[in-house]
This record gives sequence, structure tokens and C-alpha cells, in this order.
Amino acid sequence: MPAKGYVEILVDTCKGCGLCVANCPTQCLALKQDDTNVFGYHYSYMSDPDKCIACMNCAVMCPDSVITVYKKKS
Amino acid sequence: MREGYEVIYQKPKTLTDNKMHYCPGCIHGIMHKIFMEVVEEMDIQEKTVGVCPVGCSVFAYDYMDVDMQEAAHGRAAAVATAIKRMLPDRMVFSYQGDGDLAAIGTAETLHACNRGENFLFIFINNGIYGMTGGQMAPTTLNGQKTTTSPLGRDKKSMGSPLKMTEMVTPLDGVAFAARVSGNNPANVRKAKRIFRKALEIQQQNIGTQFVEVVSNCPSGWKCTPVESMDWIVEQSIPYYPLGIFKEPGK
Repeated sequence: MPAKGYVEILVDTCKGCGLCVANCPTQCLALKQDDTNVFGYHYSYMSDPDKCIACMNCAVMCPDSVITVYKKKS
Repeated sequence: MREGYEVIYQKPKTLTDNKMHYCPGCIHGIMHKIFMEVVEEMDIQEKTVGVCPVGCSVFAYDYMDVDMQEAAHGRAAAVATAIKRMLPDRMVFSYQGDGDLAAIGTAETLHACNRGENFLFIFINNGIYGMTGGQMAPTTLNGQKTTTSPLGRDKKSMGSPLKMTEMVTPLDGVAFAARVSGNNPANVRKAKRIFRKALEIQQQNIGTQFVEVVSNCPSGWKCTPVESMDWIVEQSIPYYPLGIFKEPGK
């Protein structure tokens, strides 16, 4: 079954604070441990895209507004 | 965008594209975003004027795409008073930290509230002087370690933390007083509703609106952003209870 939603993260403005990861109810986000963005932060990415339920918690908590949330049209 | 999907949440257009200088995980960024979302939803971008403080949020004018004025340290309330009196049709807010509003600017703040000046105070209370390197602020919690209270704040010699919202609530001029936090998505959404309520009260011209935000400082508190959110729940909120303290008609 395709995911209910997905998020797009602006890699180069993400500061890797991890608030999106901590507040994701389905643990579909993670910090990229083996890569960094241009500022040297371990940015956030969708580690398990199928689990996303488009709840927007990650985007609401993002201090740098780098997350855009998309939801499947019903 | 993938086919069959639609955007349900994106950065508000009232925030600029400048990269914020705040430390990773700072609630300043969250509060900038939700306040600007409210401005966008109420369609008042063209007539909103903000006053920046001195402190971490000194560059707020780089991020909020509304008219902004910088004020001297602690004097944001006086500048906001002047702006609101000269341009009464504008929506005016001051965005201040605890070093600014509760230390050097206490007199301006209390007197503006007492006069019932019709503008919104957004008071970001993280209990520390973040920008200057984590010194003790009037709102530092009892026992909290900072660079100028390395053994923890001592109630006997340094007094207890100032509860600004409780201080301004009894004043006649204040129409709306509330304390919110940004430690989890539910509280952030609540904070957004309260900002909206405060701006609607400003449109009714019945008194000062005061919204305190229990904030964090991962750099000053020497912890990770996620730990700082837990710290707010365990330490800050028990001392600074959340909720609406005063609203018109109640």
C-alpha cells in the first residue's frame, strides 16, 4: 500500500536538531549519520517512507521550516 | 511533487528565505514560523509592525517579512507604544527575550501593561541569557546552573525566578495574558491558536495582550535539542504553568 503522505526536506537548511525525528509518531524519519550537508550537519531524511501518515508533526516542530508535507488526495 | 499528492503544510510565505542564525533546535524558529502563519492566515501582513529586542532574536527582522523596528535593549515596549499611538490601525507586536523584557526592560513592560497599551507582547522565556553565553537571567530556575551561577541559582542570595505573566495578569490594562510552550507539536498548535486570539483581541482595542512562551536554550543549557524539550517538561513547566491567565469576558 502506498504511503498516506511524504515529506520533502531542504537538505542544505536543515540543522540536524532531531526534533522532527523525536516527534514522528511512526519513526519514518532519521538523521543521516553517514553524510552531512554543506554546513556539516547530519540532515534529516525519510528512512522509512512507507510509514508516513502525513500528521505534520515534523513540520510543525521544525525550527527552520525546511519540511514540506504532502498528503495523498482522497 | 508526486502525482496524486497535495501540499498540506509548507513554510508560510510571510517568512523570508534567509537561513536563520539560531542554534539547532531553538524554539525561536518555531515561534517565528507559527506567528507568521497566523499573520498569513489573518491576511494582515501589510499592516503588521513588529519590534525586535536585543538578544538572540535581534535579527528577527531578517526572517519575518513584515515591517520591523529595532529597539534599544529593553525598550521594545516603549517603541511599540509609540508605533501603536502614531499608527493605531496597524497590528503591533514586540518580540522579546527574558533578558530584554524581564531584566532591563521590566519597567517599560510593566508600565506599558499598566497603561493598557494595545499591542502584543511575545515574551520568549528560556531562563538564560543565550546570546551572551549562558549567564543567569531573572527567569533562571532555582538550582539551575549557568555560567554566572555555577553552583546553581541560590534562592537566598539571588531570589526566585520572575513570573512575568502572573505579574501582569492583575493589572487593569491587560486584556489577555497567557503562557504557552513549544516543546511538543500539541503545545505548538495551542500556541498558534493563542497568538491568533491575542491578535483578534488587539483588533477589538481593549487592552494589552501578553503571551509568554516557555522556551529552550540547548546551547546554554548544555544539552541536545531533544533533551532540552524534556527539560522543559520536567523543570520549566512545573514552575511556569501553561494556560490562559486572563481573557476578556472571563
